[in-house]
Amino acid sequence: MSAAAVDLAERVPPGNRSLFRRALRVGLILGVVAIYGATIGILPLMDARWVIVDMVSLGDAALIAIGLSAGVLIAARTRSLEFWPLVPPSLVAGGVAGGLLALLALAMQAFPLRQIFIALSPGLLKSLTFGLGASRGGAVLIVAGASLAVLGAALTRAPEGLRKPAAAGLAFVIVFGVFQELIQIMMQSGGAIDALRQSIYTWEGLTLAGALIIFFLASGAAFVWTGWLRGPARERFMRLSPAQKRTAKSARVVVFVLVLVLLPVVAGSYIGQVMMLVGLYILMGMGLNLEVGLAGLLDLGFVAFFAVGAYATAILTADSPHALASYTAIPSLSYWAAMPIAVLASIVVGILFGIPVLGVRGDYLAVATMGLGEIVRVVVQSDMAAPVLGGAQGILQIPKPRIGGFELADPVHLFYLTLAASAVAAYFAWRLENSRLGRAWMAIRDDEDVAQGLGVNLVKVKLLAYGLGAAFAGLAGSIFAVMLTSVYPSSFQLLVSINVLALIIVGGMGSLPGVMVGSLALVGLPELLREFGEFRFLFYGAALIIMMRVRPEGLWPSATRRRELRDEAGEAALGELEGTATRPAPRAPDLQDTEP
Amino acid sequence: MTDVARGRTLIPKLRSLSRFTFVDVVLWALRISVLMVVVGGSVGTLIKGRYGAVQWLEFLTFGVTMGSLYALVALGYTMVYGVLRLINFAHGDIMMTGAFSGYFVASALAGRGFLDRDPVLAMLAIMAVAVTTSTTIALLTERLAYRPFRHVRGLAPLICAIGVSFFLEQTFRGAFGAGVRAYPDPKWQKGAISVLGYAVPILQIMVVAAALVSMAILYLIVQRTKMGTAMRAVSEDAEAASLMGIDVDKVIAFTFALGGAMAGIAGVCYAFIFKQVYFYMGFTPGIKAFGAAVLGGIGSVPGAMLGGLFLGIVESVGPALFLDGIGIPAPYQLRDLIAFILLIMVLIFRPYGILGERMAKKRA
Repeated sequence: MSAAAVDLAERVPPGNRSLFRRALRVGLILGVVAIYGATIGILPLMDARWVIVDMVSLGDAALIAIGLSAGVLIAARTRSLEFWPLVPPSLVAGGVAGGLLALLALAMQAFPLRQIFIALSPGLLKSLTFGLGASRGGAVLIVAGASLAVLGAALTRAPEGLRKPAAAGLAFVIVFGVFQELIQIMMQSGGAIDALRQSIYTWEGLTLAGALIIFFLASGAAFVWTGWLRGPARERFMRLSPAQKRTAKSARVVVFVLVLVLLPVVAGSYIGQVMMLVGLYILMGMGLNLEVGLAGLLDLGFVAFFAVGAYATAILTADSPHALASYTAIPSLSYWAAMPIAVLASIVVGILFGIPVLGVRGDYLAVATMGLGEIVRVVVQSDMAAPVLGGAQGILQIPKPRIGGFELADPVHLFYLTLAASAVAAYFAWRLENSRLGRAWMAIRDDEDVAQGLGVNLVKVKLLAYGLGAAFAGLAGSIFAVMLTSVYPSSFQLLVSINVLALIIVGGMGSLPGVMVGSLALVGLPELLREFGEFRFLFYGAALIIMMRVRPEGLWPSATRRRELRDEAGEAALGELEGTATRPAPRAPDLQDTEP
Repeated sequence: MTDVARGRTLIPKLRSLSRFTFVDVVLWALRISVLMVVVGGSVGTLIKGRYGAVQWLEFLTFGVTMGSLYALVALGYTMVYGVLRLINFAHGDIMMTGAFSGYFVASALAGRGFLDRDPVLAMLAIMAVAVTTSTTIALLTERLAYRPFRHVRGLAPLICAIGVSFFLEQTFRGAFGAGVRAYPDPKWQKGAISVLGYAVPILQIMVVAAALVSMAILYLIVQRTKMGTAMRAVSEDAEAASLMGIDVDKVIAFTFALGGAMAGIAGVCYAFIFKQVYFYMGFTPGIKAFGAAVLGGIGSVPGAMLGGLFLGIVESVGPALFLDGIGIPAPYQLRDLIAFILLIMVLIFRPYGILGERMAKKRA
C-alpha cells in the first residue's frame, strides 16, 4: 500500500501546492492505509506475531513504519537538503496519520462497530491505545505519529554512513524476529550454532538482548561494508574484463541456486514442502509466461491444463474405482509412464482450447479463456462426469512415485523431483525464448496484423503457444497429484490462474528469472507467514494494481522488455512535450543494463 | 495436427472451398455439436414430457427475473466499455458491495419488524444505502485504479481491473468475514399473485419491476439529458468530444456512477432472491452479465437489456430443455455451464453481438 501512496504523492507537482497541503495529503493517505489495515483485520493478525517477545509485535512495527514513512515521504518530495525546514510538515503529516487512527479508536469506543466490522475488536482498541482508553491513547497516537515522522525525515537527511547501518540493523532484527520458528529450526544443528540460538531466542521468539545483538552485528557489518569495503570491491569489479564480469554475475546466480537447492536438506521437511509449492508455481509460471509474456495471449483458463495433468495422472495410476485400470483393460501405470501421457494430454487439451479462441483478441480473449476454464471445472464437479472423474470427492489413493524400491514419499524428495522438472522446463523455455518460434511469439504480441503480414503463421504459432504453455502446467499438475495423493475439483479454481498471472507480472512478464522471483515472493512468502494465508489474495490483487501502476516491467524484467520500456519512455517524454501522454514515464533510466 | 496444410490434406474434398482450414472444421464441428445438443435435447425432453406447462412457466418467469438482473449489471459493463473500451472486471464485485451494504440495513430493519410492517419504505431505504455504497465504490475504483491507465494500451488496464476485482472481494472478506450471511426473509415476499391463472411469486414481480423502473430511468438519462448526450458523444469518439468542450473525465466518472447505481440495485435484488450474501457472490453473475453485454452488442444500452433477458431465460430453461432430454443426470448443476458456453460462443462467433455497432471488431 505504501508503494501506492508513494505513487500518489509523486503525482503532486512540487511547488504548485503549499508544503502543508502536501503534508496533509501524505498524512491522510497514510492514516487511511492504517485504518484500512485495522478494519480488514490484518493489523490484529500482525499484533499476534512478535518481533521482540513481549515488547514489539509485527503490528507495532507496521504502525511505526507508517509513522516513519510519513517523514520519509515528505523528505523525498522536498528539494532542500537541510533538515530543519522538514520538521513542521513532518509533524503535520505524522500527526494527521496518528490522528486518523485516534479517530478510529474514538469511534470504536463510542459505537458498537464490531457488529458490522468483525475485525474491530476490543483487543484491537486496547493495543491501539496502549490500554490508556481512547482519548488519552489517541493523544499518544498523535504525538507518536508526529515524532516518528520527524525521526523518519531526520533519517533521510542523516549521513549515509549512519543511515545504511541503521536500516540494515532494523531489517535483520525484523527478519530474525518474524521468521524465528524457521531460523530456530535451522539453527538446531547443535554445537556452537545451537548455543548462539539459545543466547538470542527463547522458545517464543527473539529476546530483547538477542535483538540488540543482531542489531549491532548487522549494523556493524553494514558500517564496515559502506565505510571501507564497498569502494575497493566496486573498483576491483570495474577493472574486470567484460567476460570476467559475466562470469562473476553468473557465479552469483549459481550460488543463489545452490542455496535454494540445499536449503530443504538443512531446514527440514516444512521448508521442503514450501519450496516444492514454489517449484510447482515456477513450472506453471514458465508455461503461462510463454502464453502471456511472449505471445501476449492473456489466458485466464490456465488452471484447466493444470487440472488435466493432475487428473490424467490420477486416472492412470490411482488405486481407486475411478482409475482406468479398474474398468478397462489398460493396466495401472507407474508414475514415470503416466507423467509423459499426462503432459501429452495437456498439450492436446491446450490445442483444443486454443482453436476456438484463435480469432479472439485482447480483453475478449481473457474472458473467453476464463469461461473455458470455468467450463472445465463445472464439468469435472458435476454428476455427469462423476463416473469417470469422481465428482466433488475426486480421485483418491494416487501412489507416490518410486525409483526401484525407493518411494519418493517425503516432501523433500518431491521437491527434488519438482526441481528436476523445473530445470528441464527452464531449459526448454530458455531455448524457446531465443528461437525462431519465440521471436514469432513476440512479433504477434507486439502487433498481430504486422506479424501476419511478415509471414508469421498465426494459427500455428498461437496453437503452439497454447500447447507448449499447457505442457508446463500439465507437468506441474502431474506432480501436484502425487504430492497430495488425491485430486479433487476444488483445487482447480480460477484463483490458481490469477495466482500464476500475478506471479509472472510481479516478476516481470517474459522473464525467466522473474518467474522465480515472483513465485518466491507470492507463493513462498505467504506460506512462511501462514497466519496471513487468508490475506494472500488481497496481496495478489494489490500487487497487480501496484505493479501495473508503479513498475509495469516487473521486479526482474527481461532484457528485451527493458529495452522496449526504455524506448517507450523516450516516446512518452516526447509525448509529454506535445501534451498528449499523461502516463508517468517508467523509471527505465536507472535500470542496470545487462545486455551481453 | 497443428499445421493447416495437414488439415487440408486430411479433407481433400474441402480444398476446393478456398481457405477452408482445419480450424474452420473444428469451429463448424463446435457449432454443429452445440446445435445438435440444443435440438436433440429439446426434442427428447418434449417427447419425454416430464415437465408440465406450469413448470415451464415457472422456469420462464424465473428466467425473466434473473435476466432483468443480468441486464442491470450488463448495463454497467456496456456503458463503461462504451466510453473507456475497458472491461470493468470488478463490476460484479461492485454489485456485491451493494448487496453487502444492503444486508446490514435489511437485517437491522428486519430485526425491528420494520421490513414486515412497511415493505415499500424499507425496501427503498435498503436500495438507497446499497446504491450509495456501490456508486461510491465505483467512483473510487475509477479514480484510483482506472484513471491512471486512461491512455495506456495493451494488457495493463485489464490486469489492473482483475487486481481491483480481487482487492474488493478480499477487502470485504477481511472486513465482514468469510462466512455466508443469510439475508432477511420477510413474510410478504413469500406470497404470490395470480396472473392469468398462474401464481407468480411477489418477489419476482418486485425484482422485475425494480429492474424495469431503473432501466427506464437510465434510458431517459442517456437519451434525454445533457450528460447522457455527452456520454454518447464520448463513446462515439472521445477525442472529438473533448474538442467539442466535453469534460471527458467528468463523463467517465458519471458513467461509472450510473453503472454502480444499477449494480447496487441488482445486488440487493440478487441477494433477496438467493437469500444470502458472501464476498465472492459477485463474480459469477458479473461474468455472466458481461456475456450478456457482449451478446447484446457491447456499447449498446438496449442491447445489454436484451442480452441480459436472453441469457436469463436460456440459463433458466436450458438445463431442463436441452440437457434433460439427452439423459444427463442432475442437469441443474450445469446451469453455469450453459451460461459460459453461450458466453464463449458469442465471443467466438459474434463478438459484435445482436445490436452491436461492430465496435468490438474495430477495437480488436
